[in-house]
Amino acid sequence: MKKLNLDYKQLPLIATIILFIIMYAFGSFRYTGFFSSQVFLNLFIDNAFLIIVAVGMTFVILSGGIDLSVGSVIALTSMIAASLIMNAGLSPWIVIPICLLTGTLIGMGQGALIQYFNLQPFIVTLAGMFLARGLAYVISVETIAINHPFFSYMASGRIPIWGDNFISPSVIIAFVVVVIAVFVAHFTKYGRNVYAIGGNEQSALLMGLPVARTKVMIYTVSGFCASLSGLVFTFYMLSGYGLHANGLELDTIAAVVIGGTLLTGGSGYVAGSVVGVMILGIIQTVIVFEGTLSSWWTKIAIGALLLLFIVLQRVIVIRSKTKKGIISQH
Amino acid sequence: MIKSMIKSKLFWPIVVLVLILLFNLFFDRGFFSIEVRGGHLVGSLIDILNRGAPLMLISIGMTLVIATKGIDLGVGSVIAMSGAIGAMSVAGAADDSILPLFTAIGLSVGICVLAGAWNGLLVSRVGVQPIVATLILMVAGRGIAQLITGGQITTVYYEPYSYIGGGYLFLLPFSIFIVAAVFAIAMFLTRKTAIGLFIESVGSNPDASRLSGINSKNIILMVYIFSGFCAAIGGLILSSNVASADGNNAGLWYELDAILAVVIGGTSLMGGRFFLMGTLVGALIIQSLTTTIYSVGVPTEYNLVVKAIVVLIVCLLQSPEFRKRLTGAFGSKKGVKSTKDKGVTLS
Amino acid sequence: MQNQTPRLAMEGIVKEFPGVKALSDVNFQLFPGEVHALMGENGAGKSTLIKVLTGVYSIDGGTVTLEGNPIHVNSPLEAQELGISTVYQEVNLCTNLSVVENIFIGRQIMKKGRIDWKEMNRQADELLKRLNLNIDVTKLLSSYSVAMQQMIAIARALNVQAKVLILDEPTSSLDRDEVNQLFDVIRNLQKEGLAIVFVSHFLDQIYEISNRITVLRNGEWIGEYMTKDLPRLELVEKMIGKELNELTSISKGKGDEVQTEKRESFMEVENLSKTGNIQPFNLDIHEGEIVGLAGLLGSGRTELARLLFGADKPDTGEIKIKGVKKQLNSPKQAIANRIAFCSEDRKAEGIIPELTIRENMILAMQGTKGWFRFIPKKKQIEIADEYVELLNINPPNPEQLIKNLSGGNQQKVMLARWLITNPELLILDEPTRGIDIGAKTEIMKLMVSLSEKGMSILFVSSELDEVLRTCDKIAVLRDRKKVSEISNKDHKTQHDIMKEMAGGM
Repeated sequence: MKKLNLDYKQLPLIATIILFIIMYAFGSFRYTGFFSSQVFLNLFIDNAFLIIVAVGMTFVILSGGIDLSVGSVIALTSMIAASLIMNAGLSPWIVIPICLLTGTLIGMGQGALIQYFNLQPFIVTLAGMFLARGLAYVISVETIAINHPFFSYMASGRIPIWGDNFISPSVIIAFVVVVIAVFVAHFTKYGRNVYAIGGNEQSALLMGLPVARTKVMIYTVSGFCASLSGLVFTFYMLSGYGLHANGLELDTIAAVVIGGTLLTGGSGYVAGSVVGVMILGIIQTVIVFEGTLSSWWTKIAIGALLLLFIVLQRVIVIRSKTKKGIISQH
Repeated sequence: MIKSMIKSKLFWPIVVLVLILLFNLFFDRGFFSIEVRGGHLVGSLIDILNRGAPLMLISIGMTLVIATKGIDLGVGSVIAMSGAIGAMSVAGAADDSILPLFTAIGLSVGICVLAGAWNGLLVSRVGVQPIVATLILMVAGRGIAQLITGGQITTVYYEPYSYIGGGYLFLLPFSIFIVAAVFAIAMFLTRKTAIGLFIESVGSNPDASRLSGINSKNIILMVYIFSGFCAAIGGLILSSNVASADGNNAGLWYELDAILAVVIGGTSLMGGRFFLMGTLVGALIIQSLTTTIYSVGVPTEYNLVVKAIVVLIVCLLQSPEFRKRLTGAFGSKKGVKSTKDKGVTLS
Repeated sequence: MQNQTPRLAMEGIVKEFPGVKALSDVNFQLFPGEVHALMGENGAGKSTLIKVLTGVYSIDGGTVTLEGNPIHVNSPLEAQELGISTVYQEVNLCTNLSVVENIFIGRQIMKKGRIDWKEMNRQADELLKRLNLNIDVTKLLSSYSVAMQQMIAIARALNVQAKVLILDEPTSSLDRDEVNQLFDVIRNLQKEGLAIVFVSHFLDQIYEISNRITVLRNGEWIGEYMTKDLPRLELVEKMIGKELNELTSISKGKGDEVQTEKRESFMEVENLSKTGNIQPFNLDIHEGEIVGLAGLLGSGRTELARLLFGADKPDTGEIKIKGVKKQLNSPKQAIANRIAFCSEDRKAEGIIPELTIRENMILAMQGTKGWFRFIPKKKQIEIADEYVELLNINPPNPEQLIKNLSGGNQQKVMLARWLITNPELLILDEPTRGIDIGAKTEIMKLMVSLSEKGMSILFVSSELDEVLRTCDKIAVLRDRKKVSEISNKDHKTQHDIMKEMAGGM
């Protein structure tokens, strides 16, 4: 039975995993020091924030929507955190909830607009993107460096795993988020409703599923993930800045797509997005190790990968359509 | 009836534009004054037209793409590419020769038209959703632009290059003439040939269009190429304005501004009917908003916030659900649509 | 049965849309263990009544009682919770989910805060066995046929404690075997005491499965009858509300068949086929001839027509037009060879909703002229005015958006689109579907008069009487194969054709 389930829809995910292995092997053979467990763990440390935001985005894309506001929400979160900690001198235990609440409320507002006024997710989250980044600038156009023991600990804290290898506290946060997300996606009603809406929203409605509530929830969760990611990003950068995470929404969408989630919705896995993030991470690592390559090659490589996976998805959709065509012609 | 509808589509954007301009008058009595200074017409209104030129151009291209139920997210990156190619190809050219200028224009436009064709082929031949297909170029294009400029902000010292975005002709900025020319081309192609009808029919119902003998693939290809063309010229103007090329930041957010201009102008993101004139007004609204924010002395940081609010208001005003909630009086107007309900039961 | 209290009673139901009274004073009662057919022509108000009952539409007047208790249904979800389940014509499930999930989604079995997949698989298996289905419930719904999906939809509807099951045209995309399978399921459920509302256009099926019939017409309640006491003809009269005789007047003068034989052939088709769509077939269409394509739904009628129009690409065979071999690989090429095709799916493949009547009309003609030879607006208006008048299109304003027209008038605009191209072969796929009887008659009259002027017509229809009344020759399809060709010279009856369509009788 399990074997039957492993059909063409999982092809992108399998391709992603194989690609990751190939890239990792390539890096290991080419560069000395690449094949070390710490380099591997660094992928997680450097991309913990991206994993978190990609998890939220996965649900959005699974439902057939898109959230362009995540990068800006990260920037806004970093600004709020930095200004409240440094300028207002508040305790992190007050600041962190405020940050999370801000992102969550932005997400909820976007979800409500999308659902109740039947606006396109694309355009609403575009407005959210402007709004969040604008608000970040309103707080300050300058970088605010953070100098606070808690943040410093979160930034440089090392949690040993084995031998000399370590991870950062952020990795733990990302890991918890992923585990919860996998559970939600596969073992809760909410998670399944997301898939149903992505498959056929009209049907979901007629099947009596709480489409409105679920859709608002999806964007709320994405907003929450973005602000959580913003905090992790702030730990990582130890500063708040309106230009932080510029264009990150694209990286996130790319990670989700490369991770095998259909952009039309209804098919994909949270775990896939994690692998997608890892692939983006390994591209950067390769470029760092290569030394002579410039950073823009990252963009070109991501673009090429996007192309590869989008065409792959397209082939799958065409294949499943012809298959359906034959079925309906009994 | 249709005429009055088109009128009403243009009516509100124009009202908004006039309100924004009047608002400026409130702060600056001389806002509407235009004077001749050094052989140029100078004034805030001219300035809005001049600065708004790239956006108007790109929005014209975007209008046709959106009319086919598509979207072109790649324009911002194409702007960066165009500027980079233009600037790099005139780098080190001598001021007395005008040939490098034409080489630069030719190269930029040529390559960006190819980029547009790439988008168009992905959408029309491979059948990828437009938002996805153009995302590729949005990501990779900026990388390519940086590749061309070597990641540096390249400054151009070649004088003729500055004419594209900064020159004057008959007292007016040259960029205004470029916009007028491109707009005229777009109007001619869409209203004096069958292309406009085909774009609207493909955007409204692609399957039915194919069965009516329309080659929708070529129409779709054409609009993306045209969008690439518009972005190329917009990119040249922008790069010429600052006499430099910045692969990283040139044209940043332009795709979003352009989409916004199109939507404000009354063209629906669902494709079908399009309003080029409305788009121009939409682009001018965005530009005058920016100018207003500068001139009124609001910190520029608020620019994005204001834009966000404008986007939301415009979208809400176009949403039938919102209108329904706003006023019950509109309900009687919807009576005409009852045939729609009937259509459901009939078919 | 009559003495029981009804399980569901709707009395004096009123539903108004702005400008239209969709239902006025409609009654409907449903008893346990019966199959109650809801009958009516298109636009009679069947769908509206069902949508009112299931909470898709709000109710403007009247009462609904379920087992004696008044109820107010505000959403499909509420209806389901009350035990009113609906299976729609188009399968409304999610093909990207597994079978078991489609059955249970929204009311999954939970254990310790998580979905209990094992138990759900088990129960789904059980439920489907009750319907005599033995399938792998963990596979994706998309891996099953439409008929199977339909059954799964019923399984889903039964999974709640259903008291009332509404089947809204469930058979329209099923073949005969599948219909039998479905009817077995329905009979089983009936025995279990479920009350079933059955909506279908197929009279045979109504008489086969239903106990009671309620007839609606133009949103009004016409009456309620026991099926066994209501002869078919009477039922049809009640549905249509006027004498059938009007149609017979269309009949083509049968005297000129001799002439037909002499006429030049317009199109000769040899061995044309497309795998999975239609097996190789031959067909001759003469000038001025009306050729009927008869066959059950899914017999390959539309598929055949689409090949002749280049809408799909054939795998084998060739087409000769006026004796010259032609490649028809796209609609564009077919149109260039003066072939026109009016699709059966008006909404998806016919109208351009955002455009006006005028623009919709000239579209195909402009298509032949290409991008740059634009038909001047003045000329467009002339053409549009001419056809609005000729076809009696309402509203008679060519600048009206086509999406605001009724189905019949949209169909006329589609006809005009093709007549303007002045075709030599006009393919009409179900041109009379979903439009009112008046428009039907007009369209059929037009067909006959066009053929008399020399135009060839290929008429695809599931209404056999329409085919018999208009066609010179009828090709019958069965199971994606052309099985016979009947000349309409002698007094052929529907029975003769049906025998061919059914086969092996």
